[in-house]
Amino acid sequence: MNFNPFSLAGKTILVTGASSGIGRTTALACDRMGAAVVASGRDSERLEETFNLLETQPKCQVTADLTHNDDIDKLLSSLPPLDGAVLCAGNSTTLPLQFGTREKFDGMFDINFFAPVELLRLMYKKKVLKKGASVVLIASIGGTHSFMPGNGVYGASKAALNAVMKYAAREYASRKVRVNSICPGMVDTPLIHRGTITEEQLAEDAKRYPLGRYGQPEDIANGAIYLLSDASSWLTGHDLVIDGGFSI
Amino acid sequence: MNIQEFIDNFAAQFDDTDAEVFNADTKFKQLDEWSSLAALSIIAMVDDEYDVIIKGNDIIESDTIQDLFERIEKKR
Repeated sequence: MNFNPFSLAGKTILVTGASSGIGRTTALACDRMGAAVVASGRDSERLEETFNLLETQPKCQVTADLTHNDDIDKLLSSLPPLDGAVLCAGNSTTLPLQFGTREKFDGMFDINFFAPVELLRLMYKKKVLKKGASVVLIASIGGTHSFMPGNGVYGASKAALNAVMKYAAREYASRKVRVNSICPGMVDTPLIHRGTITEEQLAEDAKRYPLGRYGQPEDIANGAIYLLSDASSWLTGHDLVIDGGFSI
Repeated sequence: MNIQEFIDNFAAQFDDTDAEVFNADTKFKQLDEWSSLAALSIIAMVDDEYDVIIKGNDIIESDTIQDLFERIEKKR
């Protein structure tokens, strides 16, 4: 039995934000599904840790802070032709809207919106994305389905990203490039353990999820595998909600 | 940092609790209006007004407004 429509064997896939959290787990999952992974991240030491765990050859790592255009250029110039990309690099903030200054919005949009949108634009324009390639953006239910107090600045950046995903899906279909997003609920990564919300509050919040827990990075990585694989070759412009039932 | 100014900034995050209720000894988590959003507002106000990043635990471990004020002073 070798039937596996989710295989990524023979594909070359870029994963940004691969130095931690969803990005690292996704890079490792793509590797285990047979893809040659290009791992990009901001923290070279932690990126190296991810890189060392990758087994499929040829593998590649590029340290880049995608909020800097020079770093985007550096990444682009080192990219082989791609069959797929998962743009995970991002950040979050918990801030009531009345404190959401232009500066706070700019900081969030720089990394969550402008960085992936610019990278996506240039990967398409420079034809780094091969015909039939699949791009996965990491959005959030906070941008599309669930509007919890304190998540407005973050959620707005993800809503904007999700809108670009749909437009890109339409426009890039001419090259059969598919563009989808994943909208996770709360996922247990370093991002949510920065202390604005206490561990007790997080534990309490997790109980509000119908499936009884927050997501693990693997829950999102497995969705990305589906969207990258030929199993989803008739799917584009879709926001895949993976949230333990929270937004039902 | 001035404690009275801090109390005023603290009180400004509340909509239904009278300003007179707030003083240095107020046990703020016992207020009816206290909520997780109020906690987020206090954290954001402290960042905004005092350039100090406090965490949820700073709030949990403070009983009174004075307690929180002292924690913030130490971080400045």
